Amino acid sequence: MSRSNREVTNIVICGIGGQGIILASNVLCRAAYNQGFDVKKSEVHGMAQRGGSVITHVRFGSKIYSPLIEEGTAHYMLAFEKLEGLRYLHYLKKNGKIIVNNRAIPPMSVLTGESRYPDDIALKLEKAGKVYLTDAGHKACELGNERVVNTVLLGALARFLKFESEAWQNALQENIKVRHLDLNLRAFDAGLNW
Amino acid sequence: MATILSGNEAVARGAWEAGCRVAAAYPGTPSTEILENILLYPDIYAEWSINEKVALEVAAGASFAGSRSLAAMKHVGLNVAADPFFTMAYSGVTGGLVIVSADDPGMWSSQNEQDNRHYARHAKVPILEPSDSQEAKDYARLAFDLSEYFDTPVLLRMTTRVCHSSCIVKLEDRLEKLVTGYVKDVKKRLFLPSHGRARHIVVEERQKKLTVYGETFPGNRIEWGQKKIGIITSGISYQYAREVFPKASFLKLAFTYPLPEKLIREFCRQVRKVVVIEEGDPILETEIKAMGVKVIGKERIPTCGELTPRVIKESFDIEKPQVNAEPVPARPPVLCPGCPHRGVLYVVDKMKLVVTGDIGCYTLAALPPLNAMDTCICMGASVTNAHGLDKALGRDFSKKMVAVIGDSTFFHSGITGLINAVYNKGDLNLIILDNYTTAMTGHQPHPGIGKLARGETGKRIPPEDIARGCGVEFVKVANPDNLKEVEKSIKEALDFDGTTVLIFRRPCALLLRRKTPYYVDLESCKGCQICMRIGCPAISLSSSPEKKKETAVIDADLCFGCGLCAQVCTCAAIRLRDVVR
Repeated sequence: MSRSNREVTNIVICGIGGQGIILASNVLCRAAYNQGFDVKKSEVHGMAQRGGSVITHVRFGSKIYSPLIEEGTAHYMLAFEKLEGLRYLHYLKKNGKIIVNNRAIPPMSVLTGESRYPDDIALKLEKAGKVYLTDAGHKACELGNERVVNTVLLGALARFLKFESEAWQNALQENIKVRHLDLNLRAFDAGLNW
Repeated sequence: MATILSGNEAVARGAWEAGCRVAAAYPGTPSTEILENILLYPDIYAEWSINEKVALEVAAGASFAGSRSLAAMKHVGLNVAADPFFTMAYSGVTGGLVIVSADDPGMWSSQNEQDNRHYARHAKVPILEPSDSQEAKDYARLAFDLSEYFDTPVLLRMTTRVCHSSCIVKLEDRLEKLVTGYVKDVKKRLFLPSHGRARHIVVEERQKKLTVYGETFPGNRIEWGQKKIGIITSGISYQYAREVFPKASFLKLAFTYPLPEKLIREFCRQVRKVVVIEEGDPILETEIKAMGVKVIGKERIPTCGELTPRVIKESFDIEKPQVNAEPVPARPPVLCPGCPHRGVLYVVDKMKLVVTGDIGCYTLAALPPLNAMDTCICMGASVTNAHGLDKALGRDFSKKMVAVIGDSTFFHSGITGLINAVYNKGDLNLIILDNYTTAMTGHQPHPGIGKLARGETGKRIPPEDIARGCGVEFVKVANPDNLKEVEKSIKEALDFDGTTVLIFRRPCALLLRRKTPYYVDLESCKGCQICMRIGCPAISLSSSPEKKKETAVIDADLCFGCGLCAQVCTCAAIRLRDVVR
């Protein structure tokens, strides 16, 4: 275990409803549990499912009280879309790590021309923390299914967390249907060996 | 054995462990997954009832039979179920009866943030407030024991962050509780005034016993720390407060009505300053102040919105970590590509009609660019609000107005309003957007589909048959994907003298296979942007340098193939791809 058992690790996962964020946070949560940590996760359902902005909070350590991460204290941010990374940047701890999927999906207000999609997102993220821009969507397509973009990103996050590989393998098995498991294991490895 | 459960999964597990046999609910965020998870336990009869009042009465009937039973709903659902809730408090139970109310502080998916802890006090029903999934499971289980022991329904009060947060939960086995059978007991179940008077006395006596119980209930516990500050809290607020004040002493309450006065006094006596940290209304605070104890509470902690560790820090001027915040364009939820509601809502907006709205996915059409809704108060209010407007302003006005309701919401509480309009000679024009499911909460079935909660085939009750049965003389079912037909049908309905019902039926896009996507022929597109007005997430504008104009583009991966954009396009630039997906 790289982190001393007393510390708490905070991870924000954000993106757009339908990108597989909830599944990714379930796998992460389970992996932390398999690794022997106390763990809590918070998410919001309902309106967020219809293409809206989605954020989940995952916290693990020796003892966790609040399921919510306080703004300015997230060690890691996993952003499935660039604008969403920028939206929740205030959760990031100073010099925290941002793993961001290099994908831009304009919201309705941008589609209708009411507002502009910011063009300097990478720059803004870099001012706040250490940015790892990944082409996870492309990687997922290469593997044969764009939907596993969530697992590719999770693999990219796993590089930093130093869990036993078994903790991840079991977490994936526990959350993913057998017929999709092999693809997801490959997607995870692709992210891990980025 | 232990596993990771969300609060809602934990309530389902707790009910199963307690030997619950009958469960009923109407879907509503953040409560929906409670029944969805109960459905996974074949030992429990579980149903999607058509509304929360029905669900609670079904559970009450099962309790009469000596079956442990549960009704689950979101906070505003308890408003619908308030009628049986209050009298069941007098009646008491035979089999344990647990009502789960899932409140939504912060209004993540609700029209208000009412604090349902008031209901416990109002109806004189004991309440349990879990602060995480372990407690949600344990208290759901315990609630059945308390219900039977004290002969009362028990309110299990969840909030969004308890429902939708997960943690490690230790599991127990199921307690097999046999259904004890029905024994007639009119004094307890037949509320003539004379019976009610007798039962009210029983309720007041029960209050005293419950107070005594709360004093020693292990979930009402003191966690001693430094005695400079003593914090009294309950529910999710406890978890946040523990985070913000790691050294303070805590009185963590879980059984919060009736309050354990002795325990509270004992705690307050030993600390220098008492702070009450609660989300929502000052309920604990008011009652503790009434005991004559001086506390700090809502003069610092906001009543509006949900609490978070940061909000608590701000309330007490505690130093917070520095944050980087960037203003970014909002991304509210939108109607999905291929949504069957889009065309109808586009047409009512184009026709400049007043639209009384209701609760469901179609409420999202209130946002730009559709802007197709004037009102949304509560389930079923589209129908009745339109009738009221009609009666206040007369026929000229109602000829320019439609009420819009979804199929599931129509079954929930649209039918009574429809009968009322027909009976009272209304000029109501009701549009039922029938997408063949309860879409917003995750596709639960309802009577219009003829499928039951676990997918079994049931009797289908089509809304058009109900409308005719209610005495509506103009009833028409039409295709929402053909804009000309939509407009023609709405005009026909508006021209008709009397109440009309128009049903636009096509299943939710998320339940169908996508069709061949459309594309924009850039040569033909004049850049008029009329296709942008339907608010489809698959269509955006793109400027091509050589043409010096902005043209529409369709994202083939998002396009459902409904063809709505091709129907509104004035230059025939939107066409069907000839490749089959």
